[in-house]
Amino acid sequence: MEFGFTTAAYVVAAVLFILSLGGLSNQESAKRAVWYGIVGMALAVFATLAGPGSGLWLLSLLLIAGGGFIGTYVAQRVQMTEMPQLVAAMHSLVGLAAVFVGFNAHFELGRVLLMDDTGKKALEGFAALLAKKSSAEISILRVELFLGIFIGAITFTGSVIAYGKLAGKVTSAATKLPGGHMLNAGAAALSFLCLIWYFNTGGFFPLFLMTLASLFIGYHLIMGIGGADMPVVVSMLNSYSGWAAAAIGFSLGNDLLIVVGALVGSSGAILSYIMCKAMNRHFVSVILGGFGGPQGEQMAVEGEMIAIEADGVSAALNDADSVIIIPGYGMAVAQAQQAVSELTRKLRAQGKEVRFAIHPVAGRLPGHMNVLLAEAKVPYDIVLEMDEINEDFPETDVAIVIGSNDIVNPAAQDDPNSPIAGMPVLECWKAKQVFVSKRGQGTGYSGIENPLFFKENTRMFYGDAKASLDKLLPMIN
Amino acid sequence: MKIGTPKEIFDGENRVAMTPDSALQLQKLGYECAIETGAGAAAGFSDEAYKAAGVEVVKTAASLWKTADIVAKVRQPNATELKRLTKGKTLISFFNPAGNEEGMEAAKAKGANVIAMEMVPRISRAQKMDALSSMANIAGYRAVIEAGNNFGRFFTGQVTAAGKVPPAKVLVVGAGVAGLAAIGTSTSLGAITYAFDVRPEVAEQVESMGAEFVYLDFEEEQQDGAATGGYASVQSEEFRNAQLAKFRELAPEMDIVITTALIPNREAPKLWLEDMVAAMKPGSVIVDLAAERGGNVEGTVADEKVVTDNGVTIVGYTDFPSRMAAQSSSLYATNIRHMMTDLTPEKDGQVNHDMEDDVIRGSTVTFDGEITFPPPPPKVQAIAAQPKKEVKELTPEEKRAQEVAEFKQQTKSQVTLLAVGGALMLLVGAIAPASFMQHFIVFVLAVFVGFQVIWGVSHSLHTPLMAVTNAISSIIILGALMQIGSGSFLVILLAALSVFMAGINIFGGFLVTRRMLAMFQKS
Repeated sequence: MEFGFTTAAYVVAAVLFILSLGGLSNQESAKRAVWYGIVGMALAVFATLAGPGSGLWLLSLLLIAGGGFIGTYVAQRVQMTEMPQLVAAMHSLVGLAAVFVGFNAHFELGRVLLMDDTGKKALEGFAALLAKKSSAEISILRVELFLGIFIGAITFTGSVIAYGKLAGKVTSAATKLPGGHMLNAGAAALSFLCLIWYFNTGGFFPLFLMTLASLFIGYHLIMGIGGADMPVVVSMLNSYSGWAAAAIGFSLGNDLLIVVGALVGSSGAILSYIMCKAMNRHFVSVILGGFGGPQGEQMAVEGEMIAIEADGVSAALNDADSVIIIPGYGMAVAQAQQAVSELTRKLRAQGKEVRFAIHPVAGRLPGHMNVLLAEAKVPYDIVLEMDEINEDFPETDVAIVIGSNDIVNPAAQDDPNSPIAGMPVLECWKAKQVFVSKRGQGTGYSGIENPLFFKENTRMFYGDAKASLDKLLPMIN
Repeated sequence: MKIGTPKEIFDGENRVAMTPDSALQLQKLGYECAIETGAGAAAGFSDEAYKAAGVEVVKTAASLWKTADIVAKVRQPNATELKRLTKGKTLISFFNPAGNEEGMEAAKAKGANVIAMEMVPRISRAQKMDALSSMANIAGYRAVIEAGNNFGRFFTGQVTAAGKVPPAKVLVVGAGVAGLAAIGTSTSLGAITYAFDVRPEVAEQVESMGAEFVYLDFEEEQQDGAATGGYASVQSEEFRNAQLAKFRELAPEMDIVITTALIPNREAPKLWLEDMVAAMKPGSVIVDLAAERGGNVEGTVADEKVVTDNGVTIVGYTDFPSRMAAQSSSLYATNIRHMMTDLTPEKDGQVNHDMEDDVIRGSTVTFDGEITFPPPPPKVQAIAAQPKKEVKELTPEEKRAQEVAEFKQQTKSQVTLLAVGGALMLLVGAIAPASFMQHFIVFVLAVFVGFQVIWGVSHSLHTPLMAVTNAISSIIILGALMQIGSGSFLVILLAALSVFMAGINIFGGFLVTRRMLAMFQKS
């Protein structure tokens, strides 16, 4: 009963995967959860190797070991600020693997259908599974593998572009080819035609044409999305890589693939939803890229930006009892997390209350700031979410904004005509004093003027975040 | 310009409106500082300390009033002091404008600008100059200390070799700033503390300080305390009776009662009547913080400590802040300094008396030869206003009806969702072959489980979540492993490539997740 053994192992693996995701509900149980995932994966791989339908297991093991070597090397070397790139790059691998597996299923199907009955009986493994299928099942199979390849291909090019944007190798501005979304729509329509064509003929050409079209969609879709929307994009691609795996699972008739694909898919979908909600934008408008034009006259910003030097900031910090730090992507770019941690340590040593306020879309990846702060050894219990800390700003002496802009923009609440109107923001301007560490006077990603910088209790602390903090640190005593 | 502080002439007043510390800050604003000799002596600040802080020490009050452009003091100025005002001088002090018509007239006649510290609006921005609150805080603290001084027992309960000592029971009436300070002091001394206030919305604050809030069994439309600037307002007769009944019930149990109930511009309400005093145990102590306005307790004598026939001590001192002059002077001086900061936006040592500013307008009682009291309501409504809790105002029946309606609504939407989903399922099932349906059920259930599980993931762990889902999405390796045994070379090649890529992902994903999670540390 080899087959029964495989299924049993799959069930255990599926349960372990669910526990692994569920364990992420808090920091302590998460450390255990990751082991559930590892054991689940090992179990699944060995059950498949031992089970029916696989051959060349020596080669497989060698390949896994080789891939594992590279994976280990990358995982140990990667900087925490480069996490978004890494995650995107890994998504692209899953996408490409899904495309290959989908093609393989097509080739095998073609080979099997050409054989006569005696040939079919001699088959084993995956081919044998195909040979048993009725014609209706084969039609369904075609749709499934078509979908698997379609989603996989979008995930692949999309992730490659997302990687390029996050790594700074591709411009992070939203750029579109002439024709804009019509091109995407055209490619999608072409893919749909190919589906009908492929469904009826089973030929390789429509499949190939669709692959090209979907590769293009992945490329063009993500090119049209700007840098600050990357948290949504990365979690969306995460979701896609799951759905691709699920679709492939259908075509291979493998329940574990379906289960895990669905878990990953829904996880990514929820993350995208949370990110969109944090920006008060619709998923569609994020994916279609860019901000719409302002619907009306935006409020004119009054006042002027007042600059301040490190000695002024340090004087205020030495006087303050409670401090809230609001990190953003700028902190990651400047690699300033260690300096921030050092500042936190010094202030806390003086008995001051120091906390961090994290906006859900701060950074380029969901939870990006938390990881950076954790890397710099900031205790996680002083790192709070927006909802937990927003009410505490009025009682706070000093709020320090490090490299964030739109997430602390009061226009989101005050100006109904602002493009980000209604987006939940950190109300740091209610603190008695606000310092903004910022490279220059420019506007944020969305190109919106930030009235926070003009408020009377705001002082601008210009310069690279890391350099500024290094200047500040010796003055704290 | 020059800021001067004279010695307080009110009998028994030990406070001073400028400390060496505040003088340093005032100089940063561009002002010169002067003080009358000996002004800080009673609060523990010597002339030398002032000199060291760069303050000019002036011999007589007369010359100080003459040279200073801005005079900061504590007590309401008396007639002599008012005479010393001249046109263009600014006086910052407690002034009691509501009961000091002649004072305002005198200041108006002289053309001086007067800022009354008790008129600072109760809005968040002005908290730093709210001298009433800072003084009330001290009064609350001192009231407990004063009670302890007259109370012959411990506050905290103890079990000693010499016997068991029960903890003292303290009741604080009125949970304003003074009341909350008293609660905090009393609980930290170890007493069991109860507190009462007519504004039920302060129950949370009371409980946060560690005291138990005394609820009345009484149904009435409560006025939102925030609408009256954070003060209690006059209550109805029924309410008052319910309140007194509750106090009567509590009186025999309480060892210490501290009353702090004040209503703006009125006599203090009588809350602790003679029979309640009589019901208390001998040795009990009552501290009446409202003594200056007639007292909350029947039997209070202002500025005196009396002992009743049944041995209850009633403390009616009105100078609690002055009894802690060092502390209260430094807080008051800081309030004054913040007021000056607002008056000096340019930090150039010149007063900019901006009558458009809510805080400055609200606290100014005479300006440019005009009486500007009472002020118009502030443009910014009191920030303390809590969002109206609508649920609270509903009757139980309405509440119930609302709950039922909500429940029905929820059921409706869920049933619709299920019905539509079920119909779609049936539709798919009618067309698709059975083998597909088997997998489809697994798929739908897995999506469902996924949604349930992922909502529980903590926000801060979203990046590890992505990395781990990434690692497990390389489960696609199973597909490749199943195909790698095929006969065709092309298939083997593609499958091998897939296995290789998935291998990178599995190891990379899990290891990087582990690395990240290991970094999350508790303090």
